[in-house]
Amino acid sequence: MKRVYVNEKWCLGCRLCEYNCAFANSGEKDMVKALKGKKIYPRIRVDEHDGITFAVSCRHCEDPICVKSCIAGALSKEGDGMVKLDRTKCVGCLTCVLVCPYGAVVQDERGAALKCELCLTNTAGYPACVKGCPNAAIVYEERD
Amino acid sequence: MISKYVIIGGGVASTGCIEGIRKVDPSGGITLITAEPYLTYCRPLISYLLEGKTTLEKMLYRPESFYEKNGVRVMLATKSERIDPERKTVMLSDGTSIGYEKLLCATGSVPFVPPFEGLDTVKSKFSFLTLDDALELERAITPESRVFIVGAGLIGLKCAEGIHGRVGSITVCDLAPQVLASILDSDSANIVEETLQSHGINLILGDTVAKFEENVAILQSGASVEFDVLVLAVGVRPNVALVRDAGGKIGRGIIVDDTMLTSLPDVYAAGDCTESFDITSSSSRVLAILPNAYMQGECAGINMAEGYSSYANAVPMNSVGFFGLHIATAGTYTGELHEIRTLGCLKKLYVNEGRLVGFIIIGDTTRAGIYTSLIRNKTPLDEIDFELIKNYPSLMAFSGNSRLKMLGGVV
Repeated sequence: MKRVYVNEKWCLGCRLCEYNCAFANSGEKDMVKALKGKKIYPRIRVDEHDGITFAVSCRHCEDPICVKSCIAGALSKEGDGMVKLDRTKCVGCLTCVLVCPYGAVVQDERGAALKCELCLTNTAGYPACVKGCPNAAIVYEERD
Repeated sequence: MISKYVIIGGGVASTGCIEGIRKVDPSGGITLITAEPYLTYCRPLISYLLEGKTTLEKMLYRPESFYEKNGVRVMLATKSERIDPERKTVMLSDGTSIGYEKLLCATGSVPFVPPFEGLDTVKSKFSFLTLDDALELERAITPESRVFIVGAGLIGLKCAEGIHGRVGSITVCDLAPQVLASILDSDSANIVEETLQSHGINLILGDTVAKFEENVAILQSGASVEFDVLVLAVGVRPNVALVRDAGGKIGRGIIVDDTMLTSLPDVYAAGDCTESFDITSSSSRVLAILPNAYMQGECAGINMAEGYSSYANAVPMNSVGFFGLHIATAGTYTGELHEIRTLGCLKKLYVNEGRLVGFIIIGDTTRAGIYTSLIRNKTPLDEIDFELIKNYPSLMAFSGNSRLKMLGGVV
């Protein structure tokens, strides 16, 4: 399956991926309206230390421990390989946060879980973090 | 009747088992026998149901279509009475029996009720383990009810949160001098206690019931508590009866090997009825937590279908919230303590022999999984920049090469 991969050597730490992610998942048509003056809850997060920057989002693991650990049956991995969260089933216990080795499950404004679904479940249709990355440090492709 | 695979118990371990079997064997017949009248639901969600944060439909662990899609014959409200390991049959409550090639015993836990004097005089009393327990409790409470919960563990406190706002008063007592004694130390428990009390929950700690006289509990200290509804949440015990009576080895729970095989041929066990080897304390313990049940069930299923799987890295862990205050814990609390206090957050990290073995986080649990993974993988801390992530977990602690594997490849 195609996944989002980051190349930290090319990451500028500009955090445009975070903004594009929040916008793509906002359901709004206008970026300013969607983001201005609001706390954003992006599903990709940039880390920065000592000149190194990189973005992290869900790895869509082959054998996802978050799915096995979810006490609400809200996380699943179907035939397409994407790890999906049914937010209507999530009760916000954050067991997924407790088990994800990559720190890739974040919290939404209600404190419940939130994660990257590759922009395949929103209207963007293609990962907005990848599309908007000015240095092609984030790519969406098939790898072994 | 004969079924290639028979599963006793309809909890999450059974779903793990079905999914494990189907990874290897796409068509062998599976029969699921459960004493409950429901398809597998999320047991830890019963308090959220009372709180109105989920519904009966949403609580289903897998969609209803899951069973047909996976060729599972489900026998609801059917009790398994006896396993005959010689004849490879399970005797059912309706007098019939069912033959198996491979059997999974996933019978979970049963509430432990101490023999309190006068308990039989209490009219309105409940456990809080199953969906039926929750529904019965819901029918018994009124906005005026004075509810008395014996046991300040996860079950008792989640029950308190679930009915909060729907009853007149809630009092919780526990013999331990703190709440959540199985997962917190007294320091961290204090923070939780303050939160509970600020929401009007009365806590009586270091004291428990000596005897009941109808709707009054006389405590060991001599104090008394008047109540209308009693919830017994003292603890649970592994439900080992079927395997024990069939001659299988029992320790604290059903003893299984790394493939989830019991001491009986072709009889596997998974979930809260078993004991697991906790890699953080190097001891066998009953780890009655949902992730463990799923992973054991899945491992058993793969092996039952003659694939190979080993589950040998069990770690105790819990993530739970009370009134918006989050708690994340894992592992064992021994070794050198690294404590970090920031505004609204207490974090205790325990390092033993150069490895992270446990933690308690109260408050912001963001990315706690990075710590849990260090525990599960027994990562030597000198291979990472541990100092950097004591405050805030990040993949930054790893070498560029390790990170390349994590973020640049399929994991």
